[in-house]
Parts: sequence; C-alpha cells; structure tokens
Amino acid sequence: MCDTCGCGNSDTEYTLLRPGMADEHLSAHAHDHSHDHPHSHSHDSSEHTHHHDHDHSRTLNIEQDALQQNNLVAERNRGFLEAKEILAVNLVSSPGSGKTTLLEKTLVDLSSSLGFFVIEGDQQTANDAARIQKTGVPVIQVNTGSGCHLDAEMVYRSVKELKITDHAVLMIENVGNLVCPALFDLGEKFRVVIISVTEGDDKALKYPYMFQSSHLCIINKTDLLPYVDFDVEKFKEYALRINHHLEFIELSAKSGDGLNDWYSWIKKQTK
Amino acid sequence: MHEFSIALNIVKLTEENAKKANANKILAIDIEVGKFSGVVNDALRFAMESATKETMLEHAQINLIDKEAWAICEECHHKFSIENFADVCPECHSVRYTITQGKELRVKSIEIE
Repeated sequence: MCDTCGCGNSDTEYTLLRPGMADEHLSAHAHDHSHDHPHSHSHDSSEHTHHHDHDHSRTLNIEQDALQQNNLVAERNRGFLEAKEILAVNLVSSPGSGKTTLLEKTLVDLSSSLGFFVIEGDQQTANDAARIQKTGVPVIQVNTGSGCHLDAEMVYRSVKELKITDHAVLMIENVGNLVCPALFDLGEKFRVVIISVTEGDDKALKYPYMFQSSHLCIINKTDLLPYVDFDVEKFKEYALRINHHLEFIELSAKSGDGLNDWYSWIKKQTK
Repeated sequence: MHEFSIALNIVKLTEENAKKANANKILAIDIEVGKFSGVVNDALRFAMESATKETMLEHAQINLIDKEAWAICEECHHKFSIENFADVCPECHSVRYTITQGKELRVKSIEIE
C-alpha cells in the first residue's frame, strides 16, 4: 500500500504510540499539514478583491526543491542531534530483512555502555515497539497509516516525545521499503541499508536509490548462506557499482556471527 | 510510492509563494524532474491531480521538464551523461564517479494571476 493512490487526506495522518498504550495516542493523529489546509488562509474575500482588476497572468520564479519542507526539518533535526552529540542512524531495508531482530540484539548487548533511544516506523501496529520495549530502551512507534516512509517531521515529533538525552544513540527503524524512504532525509548522520541473504544478490541494481544514499550495508542472515544462492561477492560488486563509498558488514543477528563488527562500527561513530 | 507526499509538498510550497505574491490562482507550474530524482513522471502527474484538488493549483497546467543526468569521473575527470546508476565512465571504465546533475526535483516557476 502506497500513497501514490492519492486516496485523499490519510496520507498526512500518522500516529505516535508508546508500546502497551495502543489506544492512547500520544498525539491524536498528528495532522502534519493541518495548518496548510489549502484554503485556510486564502479564502478571505477582502484579500482578493483588488486583485480582480488585474486579469493578466504573470510568471513567478520559484527554483525550490520539491522536498524543501522535509529537507528543512531534516536539517533542524540534524543540527539539534549534532549539538547534543547524538548519533542518529536511519535503518532501511525491505520488509523481513531482520532489522528489528538486529536492533533487539544490539540493544541487549550494548545498552549497558551506550544510551539508546529508538523510533520504530511501520504502517500499522506497535508490535515492533513492544519488542524493543522489552529490552528496556525508550522507544516510540510511528504508524504512518497509508504512508510508505518516515519523514523528518515524524522524527522531529518523536525526538521531542522521547526526551532524548545528550550523547545518546538514536536508532530509527524506517518503514520496510527499499524505494520511498530513500528520498526522505530524516536528519540522520548515517543511513544503514540491511539486506538478508534470502533476497536476490542483484538487489542493489534493482533498488539503486537506497544503495546510492546509504553509508553502510549490513548483509544479514549469513547463517543461511549454505542453503541459498546468494553470492556475497557478486552482491558487493553490484552495490559498489551503484555506490563506491559503501561499506559492508556481514553478520547473522540470529547466530551472533559478525555482530562485533557492527558493534565496533557503532562505537567508532560515537567517539 | 512516495509521489503523493511529494505532490503535497509541491502544493504547499507553491501556495506559499503564490500567496506572498498576492495571487488568487496558479494557472501553471513548471517542475524540473531529474533522471535520478527517484520520481516517476506518470506517478507524479497522477498524484498532482488529486493533491491539487481544492487548492490554488486546481486545474493548473502541470509541466514536467525532464532533466538528464551528468557525472564526473573521479579517476580521469571525464564528464559524461549517465543513464543508469550502474554505468561506468565511458573513458576509463571506472565506477568511481560523482553525479553532478540529475537528482533534482525542483519547482522552477509558476504562472499566477
């Protein structure tokens, strides 16, 4: 389900939830476009009258990025997070790559040495936030409704709601989708794309935008390599063709193999 | 996909600009769509149709202007137009290049009255 269908207003509605409080919306339907409802400021007839004298049209140069609004909020987020020395990581992947399992493991293993906060993005349910909450780490769930990605405004509101502390690590688990989240800057410092070996090794060629905009690629479920046709070297070669700066970490969140490389990466970024 | 969110963003930013210019109506909009903007023209056009309902952009003519993508090779500094993220430099066949143009998705101008 994606919002190209243009099914109306629902696109602008999203919900913030605390796990276990599913019926108690922290911000009952955050209508993030509410002040901008098309005609709210312009239907004042007095505002119009004298303009009707001029019937001729004129061209107004705009030269603005279509995502300027999101980019501005993302930069605000980035400035705030940098000033508080918070490491913000945007985790992106297809659904089912093992993002939440990896995150759970990471929180269990590292939360004694690093202060973590988590934003969970999904279209529906607070299931993932409930899983994260069991690790004892503060978490907020964003349900995007019909939306297929998190945006900077959702992160801004979530960060406020989380009352995030200095020097923390903010893990943002984006909606499982390799297409749309690529275009929406959240204000993160690093974008980490996760792929599992049960997917095709040509994924980077098929979804180049996400791989092009990511800093690190985690290859997950390596314990399954003996049973699948995934060729790690071929995958890396393709991904590097799309983004030659991309780094890789191979791991299995389930068996624990390679997790130390990921932990070292996080620790290195917090220094 | 994400085109509907983008269409809403476009409506918002053009209405803001049009109001500042004391316009009543937006008659046309020129949007530059880079080859690597991540947006599909047909999907954007479709999304714009519903996102503009009951706004100053309703019935506005939507002009999507394609912009090709260019890159500069980090190895040999050759400038070339690229079709695909997986292309290599046509001179030295390196994959180490920087995209210099083609990621844009810009509202260029609007016609107002």
